[in-house]
Amino acid sequence: MTPSLLSIRNLDVSYPTSRGHARILIGVDLDIARGTSVGLVGESGSGKSTLALALLGLLPENAEIDAQDAMFDSCPDALSPATAQRLRGSDIAMIFQDPMTALNPLFTIGTHLVDIQRRKFPHASQADLWARGERMLVRVGVSDAGNRMRRYPHEFSGGMRQRVVIAMALLVEPKLLIADEPTTALDATIEAQVVDILRDLRSELSAALLVVSHSFGLIAELCDTVIVMYAGTIVETGPVNVVLHDPRHPYAQALLACEIEPLSSIEAAEPLVTIPGTVPDPANRPVGCVFAARCPARHDRCIEPPPLVSQGQGRSFSCWLGVSL
Amino acid sequence: MTIVSAMREVSRRPGGTFSLVAVALILIVAIAAPLISPYAPNAIAPANRLMAPSLDHLFGTDHLGRDLLSRLIFGSRVALGVSLSVIAISLTAGIALGITAALSPRPLDLLILGIFDIVTSFPSVVLALALVAVFGPGLSNIILLVSIVFIPHFGRVARAQAIAIRNSPFIEAEKVLGAERWRIILHHVTPNIIGPIFVLACMDIPVVITIEAGLSFLGLGVRPPLASWGNLLNDGYTYLDQSIWPSVFSGLALIVATLGFSLLGEALRDTFDPKLRRGP
Amino acid sequence: MTAPVLSLKDACVRYGDLTAVEGVSIDLHGGETLGLVGESGCGKSSVARAISGLNPLSSGTMMVQQEDVAVKLRTDRRFLADRVQLLFQDPVASLSPRLTVGALLAEPLKIRKIFNADTWAAAIALLQDMGLGEQFLSRYPHQLSGGQARRVALARVLTAKPRIIVADEPTAGLDVSIQGDMLNLLRALRDRLGLSYLFISHNLNVVGRVTERVAIMYLGQIVETGKTGLLFRDPAHPYTKALLSSNLTIDPQRRRERVILKGELPSPRNPPSGCRFHQRCPLARDICAVRQPRLETQADGRMVACHFPLSGGSEAMAG
Repeated sequence: MTPSLLSIRNLDVSYPTSRGHARILIGVDLDIARGTSVGLVGESGSGKSTLALALLGLLPENAEIDAQDAMFDSCPDALSPATAQRLRGSDIAMIFQDPMTALNPLFTIGTHLVDIQRRKFPHASQADLWARGERMLVRVGVSDAGNRMRRYPHEFSGGMRQRVVIAMALLVEPKLLIADEPTTALDATIEAQVVDILRDLRSELSAALLVVSHSFGLIAELCDTVIVMYAGTIVETGPVNVVLHDPRHPYAQALLACEIEPLSSIEAAEPLVTIPGTVPDPANRPVGCVFAARCPARHDRCIEPPPLVSQGQGRSFSCWLGVSL
Repeated sequence: MTIVSAMREVSRRPGGTFSLVAVALILIVAIAAPLISPYAPNAIAPANRLMAPSLDHLFGTDHLGRDLLSRLIFGSRVALGVSLSVIAISLTAGIALGITAALSPRPLDLLILGIFDIVTSFPSVVLALALVAVFGPGLSNIILLVSIVFIPHFGRVARAQAIAIRNSPFIEAEKVLGAERWRIILHHVTPNIIGPIFVLACMDIPVVITIEAGLSFLGLGVRPPLASWGNLLNDGYTYLDQSIWPSVFSGLALIVATLGFSLLGEALRDTFDPKLRRGP
Repeated sequence: MTAPVLSLKDACVRYGDLTAVEGVSIDLHGGETLGLVGESGCGKSSVARAISGLNPLSSGTMMVQQEDVAVKLRTDRRFLADRVQLLFQDPVASLSPRLTVGALLAEPLKIRKIFNADTWAAAIALLQDMGLGEQFLSRYPHQLSGGQARRVALARVLTAKPRIIVADEPTAGLDVSIQGDMLNLLRALRDRLGLSYLFISHNLNVVGRVTERVAIMYLGQIVETGKTGLLFRDPAHPYTKALLSSNLTIDPQRRRERVILKGELPSPRNPPSGCRFHQRCPLARDICAVRQPRLETQADGRMVACHFPLSGGSEAMAG
């Protein structure tokens, strides 16, 4: 077992609202080992983006963050604003969904790639940083990199911009790279190219990768471990090939059943699978299992908080079904 | 947003409460002028000319011995009457022309913009002198003149707003549903651009009041003995060496009205702009 | 086979010097769902806008129920609006922000001057069919969730009693757990009301599941069209194959077969010579850069625009 890079215990995030405390994350445990790739998957309201932003220290100021333990690379209290700000951009880097928001339209790509390195390498020369930036651009699959360094973001296509953003993130040599829906804004064939590059880079890099996405397909492409979130809690976690092919938590099962497999069921006239009901209001959460109201396997004990059940192959899920099994 | 909640929101803004009180005061005074004014505004009493404020004449008297408070009270009718008519005329014409320009083919758009430019570039005092020379001075000519000057002002804003929404999905959705042009303009374009223009209009009321006062001061506007704040200021200025009170009080009335409407306009602007409505 | 309810022939849409759609022909039959698939700049949105009357065709003809739309519109201003409706990609933005759901729902009736107790009751019944009760009538668009706004938009469009609905990304922005609801609803309405759908989506899983036929577009042209099952199992155009293989999946078997295209989507302002796909095509030969392939019907009924079609297509060429 590789030593843990990030270890968070019992993370709560909430916001004061006019209707009371909106609890966005509840008792979240997150472990990322060095050099591994973890996928965070869930629908809107699952809290996956809040978790990513908390790691970056980018939550709004009125967020109330509380964790029993938050250790990043022997640095305690990693979620405090001061520490998070210090880690961000040097040890933790981020790839956003929309690459245009991460690029300043007034500066050339070369300037972006040089400036991002200044904090990590304050004593390096401009020429060195430029050369390093150009090499990284080549590595993320940008052809004619020397020329492209002098161009502006608007002269790039969406796929090329996202490559630039990936290059920027990699240039700081982070220990953890967070990618929030890194390919959602891209066209299908371009998405395939970017996924391909991220996969190649993964094998060469020492950085751990946290992929936040609603897409099981993307997680399956890029990650070793998957964490399935629902309504601010982790419902199931384990190796990708175990969880995605044999989920145990009823929510993970239902969500995977909603995924449409176009080829296997093309002529099927039966209705598509859905999960009836809605995500509970974060300001008014049920006492027991958060998924109970929508769960097909609901029974009497579900009014109590479900236990965390660990099973072989590194899988764990929180459901009463695991106890009776 | 209801009127009550909008007013509550306005009162939270800087100067909001003052603006509501000032505007309400001017409106009440103008409406109730015959009931609240202590004397007839045009009653001459040469024996009492240019008196300082006293219990009989709270604001003193002018050079013909007329009660200044009564004349200011009646003057508010002219101020509001002129400014509200001007705003109503120029707002309606401006919105109509602005939307027409925005939704018309390029040549018509350019023609309307060109007319706006010509009107704007004409010095309004020169235009006023020309108009007065042709039609003679008077209330209705003042209203017509100032309205024309203000049409491009509202027209340009209406055009810009209409251009911003003319290709938005909800307008296109109406087109696909088969809505006729006038229906789209009346039901979907106008309601969505009127908010900012209405705020602008509110901020322009004091500007119109001062323009009227200025033209009357120059003798191009309201004819004596009809009381207007501009006339009162003019008369006060003539006899400034004998009594400062007519100038002070008519100036004060102008200041209160200007501040009141301006601050109300700004508070409304902040209230209607969702981005400024509440802090983070 | 009965005549198509909608027929587009050699349609072109140009914006200034940009040709967004070039020579597209589409037949949509009664009760059918036809998928229109492609990446950004392929022209699928321009086709949708042309069919729903938002953009005129620069050339080509459009027939609806065997009537030439351009001719009919001269005498009947609402000819198209009474037959073809569009579901916008962003449902909230497509609802006039200062109108309540009730007022929005009444719009199609008022536009047609048929607003009365009976038609209004029918409109409310439609809204209830969508699972939205009368309490929604007083709400404003920004107070609706994405799924609710879609249902309001759908109810409103149906109040205009169209025969054809152009659905532009009808599940965009919906979570996977509720997108099925929307798709089930669309299918039930189609079967009950005898509607035809032109279903535009970049989500290949959804297109594969809900459409009977599909047309694949690339840079303003249709490169392959035919029965969805046939095309998805056995694509004949190299672009179709690459597009389908780029679909991210949890199935490791299909992941290995991925075709990664080189290069980016060329600009439609300056399309490549010959076959528009030749610069990115892994199978391109010399002729592809010179001669533009035409859509040819294959033995299995599909149409492909490729000099060297794959699999099913190549057999057809040999035979």
